[in-house]
Amino acid sequence: MSIAREAEPVGSVHEIREAGLDREGLLAVLRHLLMARGIEERGHILYKQGKIAGSFYTGRGNEAASVGVAMAMELHDVGAPLHRNLGVHVVRGAEPWRIFANYLGRVDGYSRGHEQNLHLGDPALGLISMVSHLPAMLPVAVGCALAFRIREERRVAVAWFGDGASARGDTHEGMNLAAVRKLPVVFVCDNNQWAYSTPTYLEYACDTLADRAEAYGFDGVVVDGTDVLAVYREAKRAMDKARSGGGPTLIETKTMRMEGHAVHDDASYVPTEMLETWAGRDPIERYRNWLREHVDLSEDEEERITSSVRRELEEAIRRAEESPLPEPDTVTDGVFATSDELDAPHFR
Amino acid sequence: MSEKTYIEAISDALREEMRRDERVFLIGEDIGAYGGAFKVTKGFQQEFGEWRVIDAPLAETAIVGAATGAALVGMRPVAEMQFADFVSCAWDHLVTVAAKQHYRAGTAVPIVVRLPSGGGFSGGPFHSQNPESSFAHIPGLKIVCPATPADAKGLLATAIEDPNPVLYFEHKHLYRRIKGDVPDERFTVPFGKANVQREGDDVTVVTWGAMVHTATEAAGRLAEEDLAVEILDLRTIIPWDRDAVLRSVEKTSKVLVLHEDTRTGGFGAEIAATIAEEAFEDLDAPVKRIAAPDTPVPFSPPLEKAFIPQVDDVVAGLRELAEY
Repeated sequence: MSIAREAEPVGSVHEIREAGLDREGLLAVLRHLLMARGIEERGHILYKQGKIAGSFYTGRGNEAASVGVAMAMELHDVGAPLHRNLGVHVVRGAEPWRIFANYLGRVDGYSRGHEQNLHLGDPALGLISMVSHLPAMLPVAVGCALAFRIREERRVAVAWFGDGASARGDTHEGMNLAAVRKLPVVFVCDNNQWAYSTPTYLEYACDTLADRAEAYGFDGVVVDGTDVLAVYREAKRAMDKARSGGGPTLIETKTMRMEGHAVHDDASYVPTEMLETWAGRDPIERYRNWLREHVDLSEDEEERITSSVRRELEEAIRRAEESPLPEPDTVTDGVFATSDELDAPHFR
Repeated sequence: MSEKTYIEAISDALREEMRRDERVFLIGEDIGAYGGAFKVTKGFQQEFGEWRVIDAPLAETAIVGAATGAALVGMRPVAEMQFADFVSCAWDHLVTVAAKQHYRAGTAVPIVVRLPSGGGFSGGPFHSQNPESSFAHIPGLKIVCPATPADAKGLLATAIEDPNPVLYFEHKHLYRRIKGDVPDERFTVPFGKANVQREGDDVTVVTWGAMVHTATEAAGRLAEEDLAVEILDLRTIIPWDRDAVLRSVEKTSKVLVLHEDTRTGGFGAEIAATIAEEAFEDLDAPVKRIAAPDTPVPFSPPLEKAFIPQVDDVVAGLRELAEY
């Protein structure tokens, strides 16, 4: 028997308008979902063409969980999204061509060729670049929330993690500090069922990960991570609460990693029936159907959005491929920061 | 100018930086109401309030991780490890996150981590270590090891101003044992500039932290034997003052590298290697190292004394070099 609350699906247009999304916002959500998936699909092709070095990671199946949370964030909020959260970067305004440039190791990538995949961030967008030691980002996000609390700003920090990261100590330390100091932070656990090849029953023994919130002394909620509107509504609630001094919330989104851990992994350990079941709940298809049913999304409108995303992707790849590779003699640049960098607006 | 203990100088610097810059805040275990295990922050919470002098849960990962996060959105955190030894629990946040963030993502992480380090009072294996060399190997971190009250104050001000993660190793054994003149007004001591703590023509000692005082005592004794020892106090080991070391090697042609940390892979090895690479022709004797043996720090007084380099060891080492 689960302790955490289970979120309801969003039933009507009225409900979602109450939560903060009008028709235009709803169409923007569709665009973001398509863009997130589109970037990863194109990235995968570039990888197969041998243009992307190293490995390549996707968040297929997790698009709604990412976009839903990011849509609930306000301009000055910050977050530390992980490698399955491309949707967060898209919603916050990361430029697709610079994401491709990052994949390709070019100087115009967000990391200037110093980092791979989605290890990227932009302080101007309130996004912190992740490390591979995933749960390490929780205490970092909690620290942002601590700064907001010290300065008495109405801003929220969002920390993402997964079922695998839930097993490590950083997760505990971050949540506990946030709880003790009632900090404005929202923890989002994208439970995508697999930590590389390890199933959830080998990662934790409680009913749901959101149940743990109770033990820390804040609220936990489980939400269907393939339902973008339900995720949005829960994220909005949690952020409103955090913003008004109510402390942290742990949101567990139930999703499925629809591809391998990375492109080198065929995920043969995942039962076929499991993939088939979840394929029937594809977050983008679900949302498209909801839009058709509830806001009369027309074929024309849909086509306009789809083709504009397609055009933007093509243009983004072209531009990224034009970006130069870094010069070898710059290898030691940027180890240390210089004092003038602290004048940047985000340091205020 | 006032005479201050090493620990007073640290407190003064923290207080002064907090008064002049409201972005500076402190986070650590027992630092607030209690004033810190060593009382460095005694009275701070009364002056600055509980949101600028934050008593954290017993969780070093959370302390350093949160400091990093706060720095990324404009604060200037100073985190305290109750003992330098406990920084092992925050390793990931220094090495994986803070040290690499600028190179990876182009974002500065202006944090200071204060690390009460060193032995000499039977603290045992987990309250006595000098882990500076472990971090010296990590690109992106700066490492400070003051030896005097004036440097303790001036280097801490520089550390807080620096836009990078700085590990500030304050030697516990110096806290109340060492006194010195410290300017009353605010001042900074630049990183990477060694202090010629004592001039001499015969042998050079390159050292930092508490060992500066051990070397000074040894040099005093040898002065009676007409041996002129030059002591270079590095003050910071990342960055470290290569030029000053090479200049002194050119002058004396004989070098002892001395540190309280264990020998193998200690920072002295880097200094010795640099001298061998860049000043081989200047040498009249092999570079000598005196350091702790490669063991954990033992508890029992005779064992601890055998572990930490003593004045007698340094005197013997310097004589050996002089006679070479």
